[in-house]
Amino acid sequence: MRQTDIAIVGAGPAGLMAAIQAAEMGAQVLLLERANELGGQLIKQTHKFFGSREEYAGERGFEIAHKLMDQLVQLSNVTVWKNATALGYYPDGVLSVKQGNSFCLVKPKKLIVATGASEKTLAFPNNDLPGIYGAGAVQTLMNVYGVKPADRVLMVGAGNIGVIVAYQLLQAGVEVAAIIEAAPKIGAYWVHASKIQRCGVPILTGHTIKKAYGTDRLSGVTVCRLDEKWNQIPGTEQDFAVDGLCLAVGLSPLTELLWQAGCKMEFVPELGGYVPWRNADLLTTHHNIYVAGDVAGVEEASAAMVEGKLAGLAAAFALRYQSENFAALYHEAKSQLNALRSAPVSAKVCNGLCKVMLGEAV
Amino acid sequence: MSEQLEDDIIICRCEDIKLSEIRQSIADGNLSTEEIKRSCRCGMGPCQGRTCMPLVAQELAKATGKPLAEISLPTFRQPVAAISLGALAGGERHE
Repeated sequence: MRQTDIAIVGAGPAGLMAAIQAAEMGAQVLLLERANELGGQLIKQTHKFFGSREEYAGERGFEIAHKLMDQLVQLSNVTVWKNATALGYYPDGVLSVKQGNSFCLVKPKKLIVATGASEKTLAFPNNDLPGIYGAGAVQTLMNVYGVKPADRVLMVGAGNIGVIVAYQLLQAGVEVAAIIEAAPKIGAYWVHASKIQRCGVPILTGHTIKKAYGTDRLSGVTVCRLDEKWNQIPGTEQDFAVDGLCLAVGLSPLTELLWQAGCKMEFVPELGGYVPWRNADLLTTHHNIYVAGDVAGVEEASAAMVEGKLAGLAAAFALRYQSENFAALYHEAKSQLNALRSAPVSAKVCNGLCKVMLGEAV
Repeated sequence: MSEQLEDDIIICRCEDIKLSEIRQSIADGNLSTEEIKRSCRCGMGPCQGRTCMPLVAQELAKATGKPLAEISLPTFRQPVAAISLGALAGGERHE
């Protein structure tokens, strides 16, 4: 059995940041990543980030991933396991892991769960036709592998992901027929939404998919309007001849390990579904388990990075590691997080966080 | 929408479970995601319910009139991802 100070599950923006901070404090860190590349969703993000310089504003997601990886390799006390999937957490504090095709056990003193989130989907007729993708798959195909997913796409969801991926489709030479959104208003930042509209892509709010159709693969989608009670309005059908349908309809936190550990969980729609109770240091109700990033509530990657920083610092501090600039980094991270969440668009996230926040920490 | 079309909607794509099967399971008296899972294997494939369970929960909420927050998820048992029997039988890899 492998012993370590801190095990971190997931090497996306939150996990990478947590690993760097905890290791810089002196802790032995084992970073587990399911994929064969580090960076999580960052590696497929070709758009520039917002926020301030501390959160890498103005840089593209994949560039941020490279920067974090460069920092990580400088740290000799971090061990990275790629192709390593956490399979379970047990009452004796042991984490079981599948690495490649071997089975191993890890016993960390502290665990940071940074597993992220999975994409939600929709139930509509013929939702299993080839040509229907989640937004994550479209980004992976286009931005990681350089594969064009379709010639003409209908996007579902006018949140940030839907609008940003629609723009990336245009950049890749794919026609975007429209963006439809079930809610009465656009969820994405205005700067993204207006950019795509200036490119001539209409955003139809209050619309949903009635059905997809095609024989061997997708050849079109029928959409219709929704009334204020979210019922489809007959007679409002509109047809789009498309060979691609991209679903960007939200994410749900990947919380399996937290349930197994007995962490207190709560259903918070504002945060994407069931999320753990946590204190301001991202410590859950389990005294050895921290969370960071989308698993703690679906937010932007910038917030995930700062949460990772905080969780890494707090976990190392709890193991009595110290560094000269701990206090400064810790307070800086907290104020960064507050600043990120102070925008009016973050009101929803803040409402959600209030429902699962335990008293003050450290 | 024609009923046939709606019945054929795939809810669990790992185990190929249709909306009509979920509705039948609920009509048979399975009023929790755990019972639905046991009755038709929905959520027991490679993705372990990550994709379908939110849809099943919505269907349950609709049928029972309960808010989504009161629909609990099935138990997440170890292992949460597929592992070959060979890897398990090989025992723990020692370092």
